[in-house]
Amino acid sequence: MKLIGCLLLISGWLIVLAALVMLQTLLQRAAFIAAGFGTEILGLGLLANAYTAMQRRQK
Amino acid sequence: MNLALILPLILLTPLAAAGLSLIHQGLGRSRSAAHAMLATLCALAVAAILFTLIGNHWTGYPNGPSHILQIAGTQWNWLGSLPLTNPANGANPAALALILQIFTAGLAAIIPLSAGTDRWRLAPICLATAVFSAFLYPFMAHWVWTTGWLSQLGQNFHLAPFQDFGGAAVIQVPGGLMALSVAWILGPRRGKYSAGQATAIPGHNIVQVLFGCLLALIGFIALESAACLLFSNSTPEQIPALILNAVLSASAGCLAAVLSTQIRYRKPDASLSANGWIAGLVAGSAGCQWVSPPAAILIAAIAGLLTTYLVEILELRLLVDDPGGAISVHAASGLWGLFAFSIFTTQPGNSHQNHILAQLIGIATLIGFLLPVIHGANLLINRFLPYRTDRDGDWQGMDIRELGSGAYPEFVIHADEFVPR
Repeated sequence: MKLIGCLLLISGWLIVLAALVMLQTLLQRAAFIAAGFGTEILGLGLLANAYTAMQRRQK
Repeated sequence: MNLALILPLILLTPLAAAGLSLIHQGLGRSRSAAHAMLATLCALAVAAILFTLIGNHWTGYPNGPSHILQIAGTQWNWLGSLPLTNPANGANPAALALILQIFTAGLAAIIPLSAGTDRWRLAPICLATAVFSAFLYPFMAHWVWTTGWLSQLGQNFHLAPFQDFGGAAVIQVPGGLMALSVAWILGPRRGKYSAGQATAIPGHNIVQVLFGCLLALIGFIALESAACLLFSNSTPEQIPALILNAVLSASAGCLAAVLSTQIRYRKPDASLSANGWIAGLVAGSAGCQWVSPPAAILIAAIAGLLTTYLVEILELRLLVDDPGGAISVHAASGLWGLFAFSIFTTQPGNSHQNHILAQLIGIATLIGFLLPVIHGANLLINRFLPYRTDRDGDWQGMDIRELGSGAYPEFVIHADEFVPR
């Protein structure tokens, strides 16, 4: 879960970079950047969830 | 370059670190107070040496030499390429940038100490600080404050440049993300969660915490002013507006936290109010003089409110034990400040949409690139040099465990005084 979370975080950033390089219009870039952010939030959620579950087990 | 103005500003910058260190140790337990202050000094020392020897090479300075990649006809300026151990001779921009960033790298490096209070050992603190100041801090410092790719979004991609005038993206958010990573790895203090419930472990010296807030205000104003003059081509005439916004930000953040805790708990909470003060400063540091005073108040007030709620969510829902509130204060408020700047900016030349997209790209870089890199580095260091003290250290306190004596040797409760006679 932690590894997948980290990979999703990096993937989200790469989507944002791809938007910069590949797209030209503001709207297209905004859509891609939103998708990148969504991926990052998913990754952050997974990472946080993995650590919370670990703490619960240790409690 | 106005040397007579910049040098005193740089010399006042360590007051920000002094303020934060008082806040961190005051919010921890008395049995770890000396350890917390020594850890701060060690972190500042390690950061100063490692940044000068290695980090400065990658960071560079505005219009200095850089490693540039040419991809699909676009220049990507990834890292600085100054000679290693570049000496700070003369009053040139490179020397002044190095001196200021010795302090800013140190400031970023002491932020995670707050999240690791009472359980993070001194040796791993020094090693993590060394890696952070030599290899991690330079990324955002180069990308944002010199001629890195984030600051060139306007030239290369027809957007506004990603902007951070006072160090929200360069100092505060990286420090806050490091705090999050450290808190995840360390786990909560023993006794924090018992019988399925979170236990409040109050700070041992709130007076020092509140005094630290006042010191931090002077340090933040000096830091932001020096950074604006050195890295953003601001003029000395713009500094009064920056000072006004910084004072208003701290005030609004603090008052928002006081009111919020008064309403929720029926009494203002001193430690959360102190966090609100710093959160206001952090959020305001992104825009500095480029937002209007009412906007600075609004941005900081939202940061103050956000901090009080986020501290609770982290502690109760996510089981993250962050005694000093570094994650909420530095990471969350910094990210909010960076985004809010794009909404409220008064800077001419670019549309709001362009500003918003540029700031979102910078925020995505902080979360999507810097957090995994920081967390990976911390996991690696923890594998070789475990971060957490042992079970006895948790109960004894870090002072006795690691330093051999307490911060307050005469401050002893004698059990026999409570025996009925």
